[in-house]
Amino acid sequence: MSAVELQGLNVTFTGGTKPVRAVRGVDLGVDRGETVALLGESGSGKSVTLRALLRLNPERKSRIEGSIRVAGQDVMALRGRALEDFRGKVASMIFQEPSLALDPVYTLGAQIAETVVKHEGGSRAAGWARALELFRRVRIPEPERRLNAYPHEMSGGMRQRAMIALALACRPQVLLADEPTTALDATVQIQVLLLLRELQREFGLATIFVTHDIGVAVEVADRIAVMYAGRIVETGPVREIIRNPRHPYTIGLLRARMGHEQRRGARLEAIPGAPPDLSALPPGCAFAPRCRFAEPVCSVQDPAEEAVAPQHLVRCLRSAATLAPAG
Amino acid sequence: MTSPATPLISVTGLARHFAVRRDLLGRPIAVVRAVDGVDFTVRKGETLGIVGESGCGKSTTARLMLKLIEPDAGEIVFDGAEVGGRDLPLKEFRRQAQIVFQDSYASLNPRLTIEASIAFGPQVHGLPARQAVERARALLARVGLEPARFAGRYPHELSGGQRQRVNIARALAFEPRLLVLDEAVSALDKSIEAQVLNLLVDLKEEFGLTYVFISHDLNVVRFMSDRVMVMYLGKVAEIGPADAVFATPRHPYAGALLRSMPSMDPDNRTEEAPISGDPPSPINPPPGCRFHTRCSLAEPVCAQRAPVLGGGDHGVACLMHEAGSGHSRAVGAAA
Repeated sequence: MSAVELQGLNVTFTGGTKPVRAVRGVDLGVDRGETVALLGESGSGKSVTLRALLRLNPERKSRIEGSIRVAGQDVMALRGRALEDFRGKVASMIFQEPSLALDPVYTLGAQIAETVVKHEGGSRAAGWARALELFRRVRIPEPERRLNAYPHEMSGGMRQRAMIALALACRPQVLLADEPTTALDATVQIQVLLLLRELQREFGLATIFVTHDIGVAVEVADRIAVMYAGRIVETGPVREIIRNPRHPYTIGLLRARMGHEQRRGARLEAIPGAPPDLSALPPGCAFAPRCRFAEPVCSVQDPAEEAVAPQHLVRCLRSAATLAPAG
Repeated sequence: MTSPATPLISVTGLARHFAVRRDLLGRPIAVVRAVDGVDFTVRKGETLGIVGESGCGKSTTARLMLKLIEPDAGEIVFDGAEVGGRDLPLKEFRRQAQIVFQDSYASLNPRLTIEASIAFGPQVHGLPARQAVERARALLARVGLEPARFAGRYPHELSGGQRQRVNIARALAFEPRLLVLDEAVSALDKSIEAQVLNLLVDLKEEFGLTYVFISHDLNVVRFMSDRVMVMYLGKVAEIGPADAVFATPRHPYAGALLRSMPSMDPDNRTEEAPISGDPPSPINPPPGCRFHTRCSLAEPVCAQRAPVLGGGDHGVACLMHEAGSGHSRAVGAAA
C-alpha cells in the first residue's frame, strides 16, 4: 500500500471574486522509501497539493475535494486533536523559509523538545536528548551549544538543518518538502540535498519534494511528476522524464534550461506566452495556447492520462507527435 | 567600430565597508567588508558575468561601479574619463550606465503608467515630453509589449516577466552604453526566463550594448557571458574567459562552486558535497585567503598571507598559483 495516496484532488480557492482552480484532479501515489519530485512553475499547484496533504490550506477560503490518504489515514476526515497528532507525527513538512517553521523567541532545543513531549509524552530531558541526537544526525557543528541558540543566531544552511531536525523529531513516515533548498547558496544547497537523500533512505521516508528546478529534482527524486495549471501532465521515473520526455511542456522546460551543451549567443528554445489564469481556464488542454504541437482538438478535448511506457504517464492528445523530440 | 578589447569601464581598488554596529560614541565596532579591493575591466561590447554566493559582494560591486553607493576607495574610469570628473559628470555617466534589478515591482513607480515610467528618465535628461513618450512606445514594442494594449497599464496589472520587460525598456530609454543586470531574471519562472534572456541577447546586438550580468545561477551566467568573474567574501577569486573558467577553474572555490551545480544526470548524481559549511560572515572575514576556512587544499600559509589576483587573461587569486608563496603546491620561486 502506498504511504501517500491522492485521488481526484481538487482545490479551489473561493476567497476572491472568482473561484481559482489551483489543483484540478491530481492523482498521486508515493510508496514508503520513495521520493517523488513535484516539478512546476509558480501557480502550477504544486505547493497547494503539498499543503492539502497536511490540510494547511485555509479551510474557509478553499474547497477541497477528492481523497487524501496518508499512512492509511483518511486525512479529509481528521478533526481537532487527531489532525494535530497527524501533523508532525505521521507526516511533517519543511519549507523554503525556515522562519515559517521555527519560533523566533524559543531556542531550537526547546522547540524540538516541546514537539517530542507533546506528541510522544515523556520527560523534557528525554525530549532534549532526542533534539541533541537529531542535531548530530543533521550534522550541525557543536550541537550541544547550538541547541541553546535562537533561530536568528544561525546561518541560512544551519537553520535549514535545524528545521529538518524539527520535522523529523517525531519520526514521521512521510516528509513533505516545499522548495527547502531554493533560498540557499549553491554550495550549501547541494549539502542539504545530499543530507535529505541520506535521511530519506535511513528513515525509509516517503517524500514529496516540491521544486521548480529540474536539476534539484534529478538529485533527490526517484520519480518526477510535472505539474502545469493545477494538473499532473506527466509522471515517470527520473530517467524516463529526463531522457524521453513526452509532454510538450516537459520538453519545453528541459530545452529552455541551459545545459553544458548550450552555445553562448545561441537562442534558447523558450516556451512562448505565459501560464493561464486559473480563474478563467481555457477549455481543453490548458497548455494548448503555448504548445507547438497543438492542433484544433487540443482546445476542445481534455486529454486523459495515457501510459507511454511502464510507469510513464502523459496527459497529451498529441503524445504520438512528441515521440521524436527532435521533431 | 571600436575594438572589443578596449575597456568601457575599468575599476581599480574598489572598496566599501559598512559599519553594522557602533559603540556609544558612534565609532564602528563591527564592519562588513562588503567589497574589499576589487579590480576589473569590462570591455566594449562584451558581457562580463559576476557569480558568487550571498554576501560575496557582487551586487555591492555593481552598485559601487555605478556610484549608486559611494565607494570608500577606488577609481572608476568610463570610456577613458573619470566618473564624476570634469569630462564625465555623474548625471551624464548615469545616463550611459543603467541597471535592472531583480525585484521588478520595486523598480517601478506604482502610481505611474508604464509608458510614463519609461518616458520619465529621458525627460529628466532633456528630451521633450512628446518625443519621450514616442521613444517609450517604441521601446515597449521592442521588448514585446504591444503599446496599444500595455502603454496605459500600471505595474500591478502586469506579470513578473512583463514588468521585467518594462524595466529593460526603462533602462534602454536613456540610450545607455552599459547595462548592469543584477539578478534580473532570477525571480522569473524558467519558461519566462528563457524568453527574457533571448530578448537581452537580441537587444545587446541591436543597440551595441555592453552587459554586466550578475546572477547566482551558473547556467544562466555561462549562457550569457563572454568573461566571468567569481567573487568570494568581497574579493575577486578568479576572472577569465567564460569557457576557460567553466572548463578549467583555477581557484579551488570556483571549482567547488561549479561542482555544486546539480548534475542533471540521473545515473551520475552528486555523491559528495564539494565543500562543507556555510560561507563565513563578511563581518570580520578570515585573515589571509578568505576561502582558507573551507578550502580542502589550504595550508597554514593561507591563513597568514592574502593572495594577489594575478595570472593575466585568466586571473586567479590563490597562493597555489603564486610563485614562491610558501604553499607546497605553488610553482617554485621564479628562477
